[in-house]
Amino acid sequence: MDQLLADGIDEADVDRWVRSACVLCSNGCGCDIAVKDGRMVGVRGVADDPINHGRLGPKGLHASWQGMEHRDRLTTPLVRRDGELVPASWDEAMTVVVERSRALLDEIGPLSHGFYTSGQLFLEEYYALAIIGKAGIGTPHMDGNTRLCTATAAFSLKETFAADGQPGCYEDLDECDALFLYGHNMAATQTVTWSRVLDRLDGPEPPVLVVVDPRETPVARRAAVHLAVNPGTNLALMLALVREVLENGWTDDAFVDAHTVGLEELRGQAAPWTPEHAAEVCGVAPADIREAARIFGTSQRVVSTVLQGFYQSAQATAASCQVNNLHLLRGMIGRPGAGLLQMNGQPTAQNNRDCGADGDLPGFRNWQNPAHVEELAQLWGVDSLVIPHWAPPTHAMQLFRYVEQGSIRFLWISATNPAVSLPELARIREIIAEPEAFVVVQDLYLTETAELADVVLPAAGWGEKTGTFTNTTRTVHLSEQTVDPPGEARSDLEIFLDYARRMDFRRNDGAPLLDWSGPEDAYRAWQECSRGRPCDYTGISYEDLRREGAITWPRRPGETSVQRLYADADFATRAEYCEDYGHDLLTGADVGKEAFAALAANGRAILKSAPYAGPHEPPDDEYRLRFTTGRSVYHFHTRTKTARAPGLDAAAPSVWVEMAATDVAEHGFSDGDIIEVRSRRGRIVAPLRVTGIRPGAVFAPFHYGYWDAPEGAEQRHPTAANELTVTEWDAVSKQPVFKTAAVRVARTEDAR
Amino acid sequence: MKLPVYLSLLAESETTLADSYLQVAGVHGDEPDVHFLCLTMAAQCQAHRRMLDGVVARYGEAPAGHEPERLHADGMRESRTGPLGLLRDLQDLYLLASFTDVTWMMVKQAAQALRDADLLEVVDACEHEIAVHVRWLQTRMKQAAPQVLIAAR
Ligand code: SF4
Repeated sequence: MDQLLADGIDEADVDRWVRSACVLCSNGCGCDIAVKDGRMVGVRGVADDPINHGRLGPKGLHASWQGMEHRDRLTTPLVRRDGELVPASWDEAMTVVVERSRALLDEIGPLSHGFYTSGQLFLEEYYALAIIGKAGIGTPHMDGNTRLCTATAAFSLKETFAADGQPGCYEDLDECDALFLYGHNMAATQTVTWSRVLDRLDGPEPPVLVVVDPRETPVARRAAVHLAVNPGTNLALMLALVREVLENGWTDDAFVDAHTVGLEELRGQAAPWTPEHAAEVCGVAPADIREAARIFGTSQRVVSTVLQGFYQSAQATAASCQVNNLHLLRGMIGRPGAGLLQMNGQPTAQNNRDCGADGDLPGFRNWQNPAHVEELAQLWGVDSLVIPHWAPPTHAMQLFRYVEQGSIRFLWISATNPAVSLPELARIREIIAEPEAFVVVQDLYLTETAELADVVLPAAGWGEKTGTFTNTTRTVHLSEQTVDPPGEARSDLEIFLDYARRMDFRRNDGAPLLDWSGPEDAYRAWQECSRGRPCDYTGISYEDLRREGAITWPRRPGETSVQRLYADADFATRAEYCEDYGHDLLTGADVGKEAFAALAANGRAILKSAPYAGPHEPPDDEYRLRFTTGRSVYHFHTRTKTARAPGLDAAAPSVWVEMAATDVAEHGFSDGDIIEVRSRRGRIVAPLRVTGIRPGAVFAPFHYGYWDAPEGAEQRHPTAANELTVTEWDAVSKQPVFKTAAVRVARTEDAR
Repeated sequence: MKLPVYLSLLAESETTLADSYLQVAGVHGDEPDVHFLCLTMAAQCQAHRRMLDGVVARYGEAPAGHEPERLHADGMRESRTGPLGLLRDLQDLYLLASFTDVTWMMVKQAAQALRDADLLEVVDACEHEIAVHVRWLQTRMKQAAPQVLIAAR
């Protein structure tokens, strides 16, 4: 059992331990928070939690509580007056917010409002926000930073199975005989799960590990086959793997016949992708592609996990769907050891998807299905015309474009830091600072984004409020309030409810739209909303969570949890039940109800694919290298919490850039040189590390913004990887393409 | 036989559509999805055009007096700017793509009646892609229209 207590505190000093789970990645490790004298003083892993079995990683051990208790916490609302953010009372701040909101609703209507939220709030908070946005205001402009981390996971599942919902579970890792990590550096993203994998790799009968990643990551170093593909070429590789499985007859024909549609189209798409052809495009050896395919094709129980190397790269959804296809072709779904895991990045991303604060409709309902919209209208007591369902919800990048063009003039950002995390930062900073746009930011700290806001609302965070959240394998934990928030900080739920009350949103019968008094009311309302849908929470109450700890959805009253979805190979593809009719994977064109019905999938999964198109900004004579981004094991996102944990800050204090030895020699650099990486959009300056990255590629971690840098660092000494990235997104999932941009490098002087 | 007239018409309309996509891509670079997809779709149209060249050669030029110029759809003269301009440009593309789509349909019918397996193969390879263009343009216009018509400046 992993445990960390503050200096000078012994276990005997702890007043009480309060059950929670870690919110620093999508694993959601069960933990207890140590409390002494009304303060959080440490954490320990929960030994019998099925997710982590007592383990915690560096982020969880250090930052989960140290990241909350820092002296920089916001303790009072701030309102911009004469250009300066100055302290204000809640009443003053909320009055400013509500007045602007009302005025714009009167003048322009709901389309003037946008909400950009997080993957780090609690379920209850997302559901409140979803109702406010969809039934109170009635705007389609709602998304979260989940668009940056998990949109492709959701869409790849929706395209193949017609509904969101993680098919596999972590127990599959204990039983697999092959493990494929697609663009997933698990040793940095989910350290605890990587420990679980290491137990297998170092134990008896280890699984064969295959890794797709341009970098020689710690997971790649353990791989039997490491496919270090050129950034942006995943789909070519995947079509070659599909082709090999088909050509060699490694398919489970009975399963494919009975439970899938679209085999012939898939065969046609894959046909040109011989290992040689893919090898040329991807920059890997044909023999390695053959070997990876053989491992997939001949193992008995394969687990696949997919993450940002696929999700944030070119043709993200199309490439990720090929992973689903491989599992379907081999009949490897819904049974122990054969787990498909389209991973999430953030701890509560799944709840944003469940509850629809990311723009989806709550409960995996289909915006094109009038009966689904009517169900929500009934639940919320409003006319279905109020709920926007005339087009897909506005995705984050489009939402910011509307702000840039001045058609969204009220933007409410909660628990996320787009001024560091969105692509092409110079542009994003300008958009947020645009004087015509009224921007509300709700956060723990004065982030780079909050500094540009018109109103800043101090939020309570982990340990300071109660709520539930669901990890990447559909496992729900309850995180209980342990201590009081600092100063006047309030939970995000309280803030949203206060806004709803002040706006006087009402149901058709005149009752308040949101009459909840606290998180448990919100949770009960959500349970009703989830009833009968794939993410059914009706058999998971707060009481159950207190008693059982971790519970996996779906669970209906009196039933047990469904550990693996689709064990019966009955997929969500019935037209009246499905969440989505799907898209053309090359363009993102809607398939629509009629064409979906004509497919007659009726419970069968859909084998979808697209022609390979390649990255849109390939290297050229001017910008000869391919830039890609990623994380450090010690940090989460923009370091808002992790850099405030001294141990983590010391372990990874500042940005660096990685290049391959051959490229370094060619440029005449040496390890430790300060170099400038420049793209068509901006530049960063950082010390060089020579690593095992594939030649032609340049890597930088994306954590390093400017809140702890000297004034003006954005210009003089830029460090945020997103200064370089391109404004572009996947055609289907609309996830931004962070992992392919063309850059050039030069030695420079350290300007700090 | 008038099929050569329609084959020329189809080849011309693929070229016109490709040029129009390129023009829209050039003007609306600040809408990256429009920009990049228009480039992709232009490349598809150019490939269709090349595939049709063989068929056109096989059936011969259109007989005099039926030159496709008298039948063809005009391309886009100049692109517009701003949110409303984007919407209107997409609408123009939609008209051109629909025209091409339905021309494929008629050529396919003739190819079936002629039992021309080679031409049917060309139709098979191209027709679906144009149908997707039409759907994508619809999808994008549906998304953009409310914002443009109600909230845009
Ligand atoms: S693996 Fe993730 S959830 Fe678990 S302790 Fe580490 S950061 Fe927290």
